[in-house]
Amino acid sequence: MSLAEGVLQLIEDAAQRENFARVKTIWLEIGRLSSVEPEALAFCFGAVTRGSIAEGARLEFVDVPGRGWCLQCETTVPLAEHYAECPRCGGYQVQVTGGTEMRVKELEVEE
Amino acid sequence: MCTTCGCGQGETRIDGVAEEHEHTHVHADGTVHTHRHSHGHDHEHAHQHDNEHANEHAGAYRPVVAPGHLHYGHGPAHAHAAGMSQTRMVQIEQDILAKNDAYASANRQRFAARGIHALNLVSSPGSGKTTLLVKTIAMLQGRLPLAVIEGDQQTSQDAERIRATGVPAVQINTGKGCHLDARMVGQALEQLDPPQNSLLMIENVGNLVCPAAFDLGEACKVVILSVTEGEDKPLKYPDMFRAARLMLLNKCDLLPYLSFNVTQAIDYAKRINPDLAVIQTSATSGAGMDEWVAWIETAAAETRRRACAE
Repeated sequence: MSLAEGVLQLIEDAAQRENFARVKTIWLEIGRLSSVEPEALAFCFGAVTRGSIAEGARLEFVDVPGRGWCLQCETTVPLAEHYAECPRCGGYQVQVTGGTEMRVKELEVEE
Repeated sequence: MCTTCGCGQGETRIDGVAEEHEHTHVHADGTVHTHRHSHGHDHEHAHQHDNEHANEHAGAYRPVVAPGHLHYGHGPAHAHAAGMSQTRMVQIEQDILAKNDAYASANRQRFAARGIHALNLVSSPGSGKTTLLVKTIAMLQGRLPLAVIEGDQQTSQDAERIRATGVPAVQINTGKGCHLDARMVGQALEQLDPPQNSLLMIENVGNLVCPAAFDLGEACKVVILSVTEGEDKPLKYPDMFRAARLMLLNKCDLLPYLSFNVTQAIDYAKRINPDLAVIQTSATSGAGMDEWVAWIETAAAETRRRACAE
């Protein structure tokens, strides 16, 4: 719910800055490792935007796959989960380098 | 995260028991507002409606401030009338938690300027955080100035336990919220005003999920896992163990009565976070407490040294 309110705040700030009155579509970049449940976020977003400039707006999730740097293989590897082992060597010395994003990317707006 | 548990932030109160009532205002520009105010204090306090409404329009929430009390209760912003015309695209490229991070960074600057070492203590409910805190205070009292911020959904029982030790404490009640955020802590700091070169311990709401994502401006997070929980907690709630710098394995005096596998728990935690330090403690028997207190004192000395150098 706090995240949904965070998204709405970013939108309202942008509305003042960019001078628009209505939001039609919102693109959110949500990493696989970000611990955000897109469905839950969409549900909360519908609730917090009621009566706002983003009421009824469509949420588009941009999926970002998890990536990590394996210290043993010295290479970037895909990661399914935070604690997943390296798919190449099976070790756990993997630093997450991508997939933790929670970003508002773009808006389709009306004046 | 909160998107899963459905927490909100409309009912936060700091150090207060309040009765709320709703009332309506009409602005000069004709906007009509209905909002809640907390009353029932036995002391006077001022409301600056103009400022509060300006903040509401900006989507911010602001508590009613009184000595010992910070009351949240103002809802999110209301929208303005919509016009109609052609659509266009607006690039945002901002992190959803950008606002919280900005408040956290303000808190961090404040800590750095005054040499305050802030710890964010996180765990599930019932891990023994408050008991550990009281014991830690008893060991550190007289060695460096202390201050505590307590976070719970309801009641000020924890802050009262801390105040009983003689250490100043402010209670934040998050209402429906399941975590402290940087703004609440910033407002609690206004009241608490921890002294120069002090140790500030922030006891977060008992929750192993959401507090991991919300930076409060602390030097680091300390996660407390009690041995009455499962050893696989680090795997089940990896975000928290990844966000923390130190894990206290607490209630170790109970190990003889449990089937808890200490090696396995530490192995799981290090799998999530290879840099995680681990100390086995028992606030009841005092085991490991010297090591924990020494860890705090070393880190707090480093924070003081850096503040002096600047």
